[in-house]
Amino acid sequence: MHSREKVIFEYSRPGRGAMDQWPHEEGSALADLPEGIRRTGRPLLPEVSELDVVRHFTRLSQLNFSIDTHFYPLGSCTMKYNPKACNQYAMLPEFLGRHPLAPESHGQGFLACLYELQEMLREVTGMQGVALSPMAGAHGEFAGVAMIRAYHRSRGDLARNEIIVPEAAHGTNPATATMCGCVVREIPVDAQGDVDLEALRAAVGPQTAGIMLTNPSTLGVFERRIEEVARIVHAAGGLLYYDGANLNAILGKVRPGDMGFDVMHMNLHKTFSTPHGGGGPGAGAVGVGARLLPFLPIPLVGKSASPEGERYRWLAEQDLPQSIGRLSGFMGNAGVLLRAYIYMRMLGREGMSQVGEYATLNANYLLARLRQVGFEAAYPERRASHEFIITVKRQARELGVTAMDFAKRLLDQGFHAPTTYFPLLVPECLLIEPTETESRQTLDAFVAAMEQILSEAMQEPEHVTGAPHTMPVRRLDDVRAAKQLDLTWKPTAQS
Amino acid sequence: MAFIPHTSADVQEMLAAIGVSSIEQLFEEIPKELRARAMRGVPSQLNEMEIGRLMSERARMDGRPLCFIGAGAYEHHIPSAVWSLTTRGEFYSAYTPYQAEASQGTLQLIYEYQTMMASLTGMEVSNASLYDGASAVAEASLMAVRANRKSKSQRILIPATVHPHYRKVARAAASNQGVRFEEVPYCTQQGASLAAALSRYEGQDVTALVIQQPNFFGILEDVDALTDWAHAHGALVIAVVNPTALAVLKPPGQWGKRGADIAVGEGQPLGVPLSSGGPYFGFLTTRMEYVRQMPGRIVGRTLDVTGRPGFTLTLQAREQHIRRAKATSNICTNQGLLVTAATIYMSLMGAAGLERVAAASHARTRELVSALTRIAGVRLAFEGAYFHEAVLSLDKPVAPLLAALASRGILGGLDLSEHYPELEGALLVCATETKTSEDIELYAGALTEAMSGLATRGLATRARPATAA
Repeated sequence: MHSREKVIFEYSRPGRGAMDQWPHEEGSALADLPEGIRRTGRPLLPEVSELDVVRHFTRLSQLNFSIDTHFYPLGSCTMKYNPKACNQYAMLPEFLGRHPLAPESHGQGFLACLYELQEMLREVTGMQGVALSPMAGAHGEFAGVAMIRAYHRSRGDLARNEIIVPEAAHGTNPATATMCGCVVREIPVDAQGDVDLEALRAAVGPQTAGIMLTNPSTLGVFERRIEEVARIVHAAGGLLYYDGANLNAILGKVRPGDMGFDVMHMNLHKTFSTPHGGGGPGAGAVGVGARLLPFLPIPLVGKSASPEGERYRWLAEQDLPQSIGRLSGFMGNAGVLLRAYIYMRMLGREGMSQVGEYATLNANYLLARLRQVGFEAAYPERRASHEFIITVKRQARELGVTAMDFAKRLLDQGFHAPTTYFPLLVPECLLIEPTETESRQTLDAFVAAMEQILSEAMQEPEHVTGAPHTMPVRRLDDVRAAKQLDLTWKPTAQS
Repeated sequence: MAFIPHTSADVQEMLAAIGVSSIEQLFEEIPKELRARAMRGVPSQLNEMEIGRLMSERARMDGRPLCFIGAGAYEHHIPSAVWSLTTRGEFYSAYTPYQAEASQGTLQLIYEYQTMMASLTGMEVSNASLYDGASAVAEASLMAVRANRKSKSQRILIPATVHPHYRKVARAAASNQGVRFEEVPYCTQQGASLAAALSRYEGQDVTALVIQQPNFFGILEDVDALTDWAHAHGALVIAVVNPTALAVLKPPGQWGKRGADIAVGEGQPLGVPLSSGGPYFGFLTTRMEYVRQMPGRIVGRTLDVTGRPGFTLTLQAREQHIRRAKATSNICTNQGLLVTAATIYMSLMGAAGLERVAAASHARTRELVSALTRIAGVRLAFEGAYFHEAVLSLDKPVAPLLAALASRGILGGLDLSEHYPELEGALLVCATETKTSEDIELYAGALTEAMSGLATRGLATRARPATAA
């Protein structure tokens, strides 16, 4: 891996450009624009050749770890293989060229895919209705909590504005509740990682709008008393929200709808293998039970019979007058939805039921092997779900080698680090999610790397605390980054 | 199957290492009565050849019509290098760059993007993207409420000339927190926001004014006067801009005496295909003084322990994974891959190339307007100057005309009656550099026939050669 690539502006030379890409028109075509409305100075964009661009961005790409190049066991993120077919067939020219406001007559193929995707997601989640437009997990959470709020309001139940969240929840859960104008109430989990039912009973009441849960939880274990949780919340008049971040663990094994959840989002970019793209795009489709059907965000895709056969059409305000409304300019991340559709069709019902099984097999195998070589499980009495937590608090205390040090040293060994320091209630933790698409041999190699780091930590801890040694940069000064803000390149800046 | 690599020998050895006899045993903690049945609603699996056949058939159903619709999504030429590079696995299949040392490529790219967007909009700082243009208006509205500490009303003025979907999304996203949006009417003659209508807010508490340039009708707003009015009344200015247009139009940072406070928009025109509405990306830039009120991720340049420069996510104390219920937004995953495409696109175009895209798009739209208004019963709806998109007024009902055009493979524009019932016979049309004079003549000919009611069956329909997009 090469160490550094110049900033693109440093390649700039006045008068250079990828001119084969430019239209012929000169600025004179703009002569009719009124005085005073024109731009006077040019924006700072690079002046570089096409080859400069290709080399620069190819080199930048090579500074990244990715699923295609490295094992990427980032807990809670489900970094499984993104099949190439999903990209190729979502990028057929007809799909790419289709305008979002093109008529339904020129979109029956696209709409058919979306309709069938809605149907398949309904089936695998046990929900009654699915809307595809939310563009990421947090966006789906927003839609879900907004629906819970709209439901209570439609019943004149205006006092219900409190959302209960377990303390180990993803940060997006409380942030979402706030965005929906709700108040957050956190409750603890017990020593085995299950929700503290006494605390839950004490927390619910006439102010309860609902509870947001991930199951398996962020602690990597299945919430065993989920039916009791549902009974308590429902009896108090609240609704249950399922955070689908960990859906991969149970795909084909148990359905959120059957567990008693009223509303959920699915991270299609996790469970259904659409790419993360270095931070998006995701897709956060939402599913609801019968009570929330009227509140789904628009647009949805509907199907009706016509003399020519089945026709697919958009459903909008007039079809769902109680909808929480429109959450995206057009149809969410449509191209991501096509990728998820292709993935689900390739897996089929046969493959779908294997995802949860092999994700769980891999996680439990990796946990067993890591314990064998000397690592401590955070919940040793529990089965791992699709992910698990190990804690290096002993190594941190005795050797001064922290979870962050293990993470950074793993990079030197050619493995992306697991999620670190989340969930917050387990000290010095690594949250590890191997996914079903990794082979036993890859998992064994990871165990060997972890074992080596453990032995380094005992023999030469400074080598671990000083890691990474082989990356393009060493550890970065985050404090400096936040205090001496350098957020844009300046022509005068040092290169 | 299911991209699972395990051999049966692997499975047996793995189960033995765990100390269980079957995979099933790993699920023993899940109550029996909850266990799922077979998923009959999911069809049987397809291999890659079969799914390829199915998707190609579906794509053929949608066709490749000649498209004159704009309305917030624009068909521009996308250089081959853009998606050839963007879909490299190292960009495509990487996660959010939490481990900075293993994500310098993505981080540096975002830093370059932030530099380009800040400069293009004439602002000081940019975030790393939001979902799309519509959700960016919603986030900017919430940000304005946080940033304008003097205003208590949470009242945002949003002209009717702002994209109707953006207004709906802003309402759906921000009204839960008590933000109120009030509509500013437009001048039916000029097609621009009615500055006189703002007088009723004299002496009142207004948090922010949204200004879209060019507006939804393609009309150029008097951004200087509107911006100065807002600032004189203690309101912040949220600019909603088209990035292509910014190559030639005054950037938000220079509007009025002080410049807009927040600039947002739809990034799609920068190398992102139309793709039925997404994935696109929203951009958001602002003044340095408001940087801590920004939603979303931000990348900064810093030094490593040896003093070498490197890039990292910064100002994370604003974000949900740290601040939880008090975060500036719940956004986590954004639209990183589209930012990758846009950064490559802007690098290939440069300022001069982007200026040519703007000039060519404008020239083609003028040519289109000129060709269509030669038809009896078609005229420009507004007198105001427009850029790269325009509203026509037709003396025939628009819907059947568009249907007749569509049956010949021409998407003739957007019927405005749904969003603006008062605009009878209004059709929003757009041409970009991708349209040729022949395309425009084809449209004009088809519209002439459709309007005269003379269109007959058997007329040649438009067939586009299949080229890779």
